[in-house]
Amino acid sequence: MSAVIDNHGHAHGHDGHHDHHGGYGGLMRWITTTNHKDIGTLYLWFSFLMFMVGGVLALAIRLELFEPGIQFFNPDLFNQFTTMHGLIMVFGAIMPAFVGFANWQIPMMIGAPDMAFARLNNWSFWLLPFAAALLVLSFFMPGGAPGVGWTLYAPLTVQMGIGMDLTIFAVHLLGMSSILGSINIITTILNMRAPGMTLMRMPMFCWTWLITAYLLVAAMPVLAGAVTMSLTDRHFGTSFFNAAGGGDPVLYQHIFWFFGHPEVYIIALPAFGVVSQVIPAFSRKPLFGYASMVYATSAIAILSFIVWAHHMYTVGMPVQGQLFFMYATTLIAVPTGVKVFNWVATMWKGSLSFETPMLFAMGFLFLFTLGGFTGLVCALVPIDIQIHDTYYVVAHFHYVMVAGALFAAFAGIYFWLPKWTGRMYDEALGKWHFWLTMIFFNMIFFVQHFLGLAGMPRRIPDYPLMFETWNKISSIGAFGFGLSQLLFLYVVLKAIRRGAKAPERPWEGADSLEWTHLPTPAPYHSFETAPVLK
Amino acid sequence: MSAEQAIGNRRLLTRLSVVAVAMFGFGFALVPFYDHICRALGVNSLVERAEAPVNTQVDLSRKVTIELDANSHGMPWRFQPLVRHLEVHPGQVVHVEYEVANVRGSPVTGQAVVSYGPALAGRYVRKLECFCFRQQTLAAGETRRMPVSFVVDGSIPADIRTFTLSYTFFEVAGKS
Repeated sequence: MSAVIDNHGHAHGHDGHHDHHGGYGGLMRWITTTNHKDIGTLYLWFSFLMFMVGGVLALAIRLELFEPGIQFFNPDLFNQFTTMHGLIMVFGAIMPAFVGFANWQIPMMIGAPDMAFARLNNWSFWLLPFAAALLVLSFFMPGGAPGVGWTLYAPLTVQMGIGMDLTIFAVHLLGMSSILGSINIITTILNMRAPGMTLMRMPMFCWTWLITAYLLVAAMPVLAGAVTMSLTDRHFGTSFFNAAGGGDPVLYQHIFWFFGHPEVYIIALPAFGVVSQVIPAFSRKPLFGYASMVYATSAIAILSFIVWAHHMYTVGMPVQGQLFFMYATTLIAVPTGVKVFNWVATMWKGSLSFETPMLFAMGFLFLFTLGGFTGLVCALVPIDIQIHDTYYVVAHFHYVMVAGALFAAFAGIYFWLPKWTGRMYDEALGKWHFWLTMIFFNMIFFVQHFLGLAGMPRRIPDYPLMFETWNKISSIGAFGFGLSQLLFLYVVLKAIRRGAKAPERPWEGADSLEWTHLPTPAPYHSFETAPVLK
Repeated sequence: MSAEQAIGNRRLLTRLSVVAVAMFGFGFALVPFYDHICRALGVNSLVERAEAPVNTQVDLSRKVTIELDANSHGMPWRFQPLVRHLEVHPGQVVHVEYEVANVRGSPVTGQAVVSYGPALAGRYVRKLECFCFRQQTLAAGETRRMPVSFVVDGSIPADIRTFTLSYTFFEVAGKS
């Protein structure tokens, strides 16, 4: 810890000469940085890069599914694409994006000078490129990348080639990164708040991240354990999941989903947090039902640990088990409903304006709620047994992952970009980005509900002729969606390079510390002396 | 950051690391936990010891009496079944043994030929193993026990309550 303090002191001593970046310039600045804003930026660019990689894989999938029959990729490669698309999007794009937000925002929102463990923060980030490299490298191994699905189900994982080992190590690294990042976030929030910033005065984004970080610390090690068991099954003669040696593949599913369902909320809760900042700002009203939001978030987090088996209704569990998991799952609709109603109530009689962040937040609200409803449909055992592993499920989780998490991330980027860069984005282009994203998103995924209900299975490169129309529409939407994200890149780069100078308070309704107590753009070192809070 | 705060942070780091390591262990603890809960609730056939296999082909509602008969035709062999008659359920696997002794002072080769009485019963006897499948050579003075395994097919007509399974050995010329 003292080393970190010294580092900062050193940086200050040279402020006049060295552009106040810790004494390094160029690439070394980014490799050695312990500044939460630099690391937040690194996380966000990394996640955007991974979003592009995962997106290209998604387009490859949609290309193959444009027509029935096998056109471009053999089924094995197709399976590798679906697997890597899932892994890269979940662990490489969405999660690091929100850790990026946490790094940028949490210290500024609670009046802390930096994250609690600045060096650890640097490590947490720099594990990620290596994990991503392992994932991408696995494509070039004999046997290719694992084609087992992002859930890495046994017994397929036990049978795959060396690409599987690379993926397992990548998951280890990603898990380590998340756990270290979470420990950092929890410590920062619990120990580093400015005097007077009580827990119940924190911006909702900090609350959702505090709870998310606890989920990560509890759930990620379980995933690490699950893939470690797969690894020892593969190479060290154990039989955790290998039925030939007395193991049980279904056990893998239990362990995986014990991690996997909290993971859903690990992705969703920070998105809730961003939206809980954006909606009040553009409604010019405080967040409705702040305390109930905190309790609802906690309730979701706790419930998320007892519902895992709703992902595996069809493994042959006893009906009592199905009933328990069904009731527990539907119970989650209650705190989630509290949140949705609070957001709506925040907007009620507010002076709304519809800049791009608000558009994305409302898009989130609308589509995430739809995804929540289809989630309820999937939660019901008799229906789920029909739609298990169909495109209905694919549609459902893309409504919560893309329209939920990704839309919230876009909202957050547009919302905080002026604070981070001191420059405004092009509002007209931002709105174009929103509407194109919104329309193409629904074009891709809304029709997949129909495909799923009609019985089209997921993770299959071919399909019967009767599914062709909806698949064509979905594929066209996918390419439109992908191109729209290049527009997003352009909007962000344009804002950074030659955007109009942002006013001190670009959003007059935003009232957390970074807006009220810091200049725009936020200085490299902020809150070195804690702010005075009324 | 004050020294006091650094100590507080470090303490929290330790505690949270312990939680992370414990949760890693928890993943492994799920393995025996899963095993035990499945056994306790009897919900997973993979962890349960299978019950002794039950042959559902056996017709327990009726019995057939089989009379065993053995002859040697012009041969110096003493040939007889160990059991003269037995009762079996149709569908049941039956093992019987015959004893044969060569009373000549030189090796003799013989071939057994089967016959049934009534002859209709022969259609329903499914032999799995029989000494009659190949020629038998006995050394001088040798005594041997020979098995027959068979199943009486469940479709045997109900009016065949008793049948005779008869073997006759004939000498195979030129083999002695």
